[in-house]
Amino acid sequence: MARVRIENLKKYFGEVKALDGITLEIEDGEFLVLLGPSGCGKTTLLRSVSGLESVTSGKIFFNDRDVTNLQPKDRNISMVFQSYAVWPHMKVRDNIGYPMKIKGHSKEEIEKRVKWAANMLNISELLDRYPSQLSGGQRQRVAVARAIVLNPAVLLMDEPLSNLDALLRVKMRSELKKLQEELGVTTIYVTHDQVEAMTMGDRIAVMNRGKLQQVGTASEIYHKPVNMFVAGFIGSPQMNFLRAKTVSDGAKTILKGHGVDIPISSDPGLEEVVVGIRPEHIGLGKGEVSFEATVFFIEKLMSSTIIHATLEDGKEIVSMIPGDHEFKNGEKVTMSFSTEKIHLFDPKTERRIET
Amino acid sequence: MLKKVFFWIAVILIAVWFLTPIVMIFLAAFTPAEDYYNPHRIIPSHLTFEHLYKLLFLLDGWKSIIISVEVALIAIGLSFLIGLPAGYAMARYKFKGKRAINLTILLTRSIPLIVVAVPLIVIYMKVGLSDTVLGVALAHTAMILPFVVLITSSIFSGISVEYEEAGMVFGLTHFQSFVKITLPLALPGLAASAIYSFIMSWNEVFVASILTLTNRTLPAHILNTAMASPDYFKFAAGVMMAVPAMIFIFFTRKYLISMWGISLK
Ligand SMILES: Nc1ncnc2c1ncn2[C@@H]1O[C@H](COP(=O)(O)OP(=O)(O)OP(=O)(O)O)[C@@H](O)[C@H]1O
Ligand SMILES: [Mg+2]
Repeated sequence: MARVRIENLKKYFGEVKALDGITLEIEDGEFLVLLGPSGCGKTTLLRSVSGLESVTSGKIFFNDRDVTNLQPKDRNISMVFQSYAVWPHMKVRDNIGYPMKIKGHSKEEIEKRVKWAANMLNISELLDRYPSQLSGGQRQRVAVARAIVLNPAVLLMDEPLSNLDALLRVKMRSELKKLQEELGVTTIYVTHDQVEAMTMGDRIAVMNRGKLQQVGTASEIYHKPVNMFVAGFIGSPQMNFLRAKTVSDGAKTILKGHGVDIPISSDPGLEEVVVGIRPEHIGLGKGEVSFEATVFFIEKLMSSTIIHATLEDGKEIVSMIPGDHEFKNGEKVTMSFSTEKIHLFDPKTERRIET
Repeated sequence: MLKKVFFWIAVILIAVWFLTPIVMIFLAAFTPAEDYYNPHRIIPSHLTFEHLYKLLFLLDGWKSIIISVEVALIAIGLSFLIGLPAGYAMARYKFKGKRAINLTILLTRSIPLIVVAVPLIVIYMKVGLSDTVLGVALAHTAMILPFVVLITSSIFSGISVEYEEAGMVFGLTHFQSFVKITLPLALPGLAASAIYSFIMSWNEVFVASILTLTNRTLPAHILNTAMASPDYFKFAAGVMMAVPAMIFIFFTRKYLISMWGISLK
């Protein structure tokens, strides 16, 4: 078990700044999810922590031990690779037991721990098979069993569920989370699937272009995104962004944009702002802030309906309402949202404005 | 049905195509001299080991077989000692001039040994390598090495780095992980390329003839002795060339198939 501290970590591949000054602290026993779009540096950060990638500058500590320049084998970590990397020339039993064999544990002890790990992951019947005789999901379990057999200080996982079908992914999501809680092992988990991130992580670290954007609980990141990138990246469908001018008439401040007037209680102090409102917070019918929109496309998910519509000036707006609804293309609807639900951003810096 | 018929016709044709010369060589090699020159006989009256015996024991054939094996083993050993790390580096690392090196290696494959043979013998005479087993082995190493580099690099590229990295994460050094994880996975391919290297060296006649006088490899020896002898000696020599290679391939092939059985995905 360990607390992980990453200080101003940089990793350049020639011109490419894969990691551009990452500072992050992960509590002992915490499940931290690294989330971000493809190519943002998640794998690079994970590999730097594992020691498979040497860093350009910065430091990594496990508890108070500086591990920046240690070989992977000296860091007491384990890893679940995206491709699982279950060794094809060893039986499942030997795959799981190999980390212990390397460290010189006795045969009986290995046997015992392998049984334990296989039991944890429900693969006891598979121990005498070769990986080629396993399905993807089973191979994934073997990879996890191998990773936990030796009580690692830090468990690293790089998109371990991305090669599984949707159903199995949902199942493994909760199983992995439960397993991690039982073991209490500090875990860094890479994904670009926000549902995975939301449901599994104690905290989520959102990355973009080699930089950390925001670290926080799912709720913090959803309700208080620090900038437009995080606001847009988290949530599906994506948050609507409306540019608006601040109009103040002494008593009240109103944000006017795209024909929508939004009264707010405190002046943001900027002439122009970006108003963010999530599709699930825009409903049908009149409300605090109401506006007319023309439907041009709907997506029916049965449990909910996603309405794509245009405002009077042609600006696209997306709303998601619960239930199964029918709309005609070109149909005019009244939509509304509550001012409580809006987010304000500075259009220049794209940072959140606290109101 | 028709497809099956054609399939078997093709099988038979191919088998006949490859086996006829071999059968004829074998037949002639064991035919007594008087039967061989008798135009009315195709199937010999009886078989004899006389030609083979003479070639092997009276004409030093035995000695040259041993030399051939020695040369091939040294050449394979050296080629893999140098070629394996090179192939690994080509497969796993990005570095400046990689393409140029790759191209140069390919280029050396296109230079026939004949071109370098004369300068080679001059150098060999100066350093005292002419007419030695090591000398021929070195020349064969030069011939095999580029092949080994290219083929091992493609073998290693075919094995996911993540297997090796998993080894490193779970407690091995990079080198240990290479030896314990990557090497076993590469073994079928490496064995196949070793066999091919063996055949390359075993069959090579030109350089071996030029570089040696007394310590001749089997093909060089045959070229210089049997070719001046009656036909049935030539055929007996052919058998001597073919049989060890066939045995070698036969055994390693079985080993190869069983290896592939477990390590292929
Ligand atoms: N070995 C390498 N050599 C050069 N550039 C690299 C190397 N590895 C990664 N990069 C670059 O670094 C950046 C970050 O890559 P990384 O693999 O960490 O992304 P990622 O967030 O894991 O993406 P994905 O979700 O697609 O896996 C990318 O621009 C990538 O092209
Ligand atoms: Mg990645």
